[in-house]
Order: sequence, then structure tokens, then C-alpha cells
Amino acid sequence: MSITTIEKPPLAAFAEQLAEKKAEQTEKLVIFAWSGELDKVWPTLILATTGAAMGKETTVFFTFWGLFPLVKNNVRITGDNWMQKMLSVMNRGGDMHLKLSKMNFAGAGPAMMMHLAREHHVASPDELLTMAKEMGVRLVPCQMTMDLMGLKREDLIDGLDEPAGATMALAEAQGAITLFI
Amino acid sequence: MSVTIAMSLDLKGMSCPMPIIKTAKAMKELAPGQMIEVFATDPGSAPDFKAWARATGNPLIETSEDAGVFHFILKKKEQGVLG
Repeated sequence: MSITTIEKPPLAAFAEQLAEKKAEQTEKLVIFAWSGELDKVWPTLILATTGAAMGKETTVFFTFWGLFPLVKNNVRITGDNWMQKMLSVMNRGGDMHLKLSKMNFAGAGPAMMMHLAREHHVASPDELLTMAKEMGVRLVPCQMTMDLMGLKREDLIDGLDEPAGATMALAEAQGAITLFI
Repeated sequence: MSVTIAMSLDLKGMSCPMPIIKTAKAMKELAPGQMIEVFATDPGSAPDFKAWARATGNPLIETSEDAGVFHFILKKKEQGVLG
């Protein structure tokens, strides 16, 4: 008996190519933005804008501390009761007031970081956020966090999607690249 | 071979991710098959443009570098069967 080499039928080869192409092109990117610190918000926005530039349907779901960067820069005190008000005093919202997770030095750290960014022509979180909106990135605030922390729709910047819950975020995450930052 | 360039972008001085973002936006203006050239100085742009071309299916026709300035030529993809 002679040994014969079995060649792949052309259809199987095509199916393989197709699968490879599909794997390359994950169509969606979903980022769970949990942190409100400058050194996490920055990469979140860089990845979100880049995802959109790569043609991916991109969604950022802002939850917990991640919601504070979306507060308008000129809004100072938020919340209805003293605890929520105190929270906004201690943790100022707005993408111009973010703290670093290390080497914050009472705000000197972020100021130096922004100075370096300008010097190296790195887009600021504020510019990236504007860019993300222009590119159709969906920016979704977490409704539960808004209720919990006393943040109202009018406290947050314009151009956001309707506030939503975990189910919407997870449904969106199906078949997507997902990041938790 | 002579290449007709439909659009030229000067993105010198910009850092990641701006060169890719500006290029992706500009490519939306092009018709399938048209070419765009990009000048950038971000050293990370060489691998980024290569990866972007691969991920989006818009072929990167040329990459060259001269005195720290990268020159890329991209072609907007034709709409194929596989999209």
C-alpha cells in the first residue's frame, strides 16, 4: 500500500482564510473606564480614538471613579446630600482636574505631566475626548454611579450617550475586544 | 511606476495616536483606489501604520524614512467580496 498525501480541499483552505480574516477584524472595542486617574483616563482615550480610527465600533462605559472625568470642568459641587457634596469636594470632576495615581504631589505631578505632553505634542485628555466624540465613539455614563454619587446629566459634558446599565455594557461587549481600565 | 497621490498630510511633530487618527479621518474623504501620502516624525508611526493597514485592509504601498521623517503611501481599499 502506498502512502498518499492528503491535500486540503480548496473549500477548506478558503474557509481557513476566511476565519483568519475574521479573527483579524474584531469589529468592536468596548472599554470599561473605571478609574478617574489621569494615568488611566489618558490611555483609555488614546485606545478609544485609535479603535475608532481602525474602523472599530467603539464604546466606552464610564463607571464609578471613571465618571468624574466627564463632569464639566466648571462644575464644582455636585450631589444632593452632604455625603455626595463632600465627595465632589474631595474628588473634583472634569478632565482638566485629574490626579496621577502616583507622584501626584498635590497637583504638581499632573501639571508637570501636561507640560511634558505639550512639549512632546501629545494630545491632552481634553483634546482626545473631543476627538472621540467627533469620531463617533459612544461615551456611555453608568446610570447607577450617577445615582450613587449624585451626578446629574447636566453636571456632565455634552455629547455623551444616554446613561445605561451593566447589561447594556455587557451586551455591547459580546464579540468585542474588551478592556477594563 | 508613477503614483498619483490624491491627498498629502503633514503630521510632523505629532505623537501617538494622532498620526493614525488624522490619517483615518482623511482616508474617509478618498474614493476607493485613491492614494494618500503622510509625513510623520513619530518613531512609533512606522509599526503603527503597518498595523493599521493590516487591520483595516487599506494597503500600505510605501514606507520610507529620511532624516527622521517617515513617508507613508496608503491606498484606500476597494470594496471586495469580503468587505
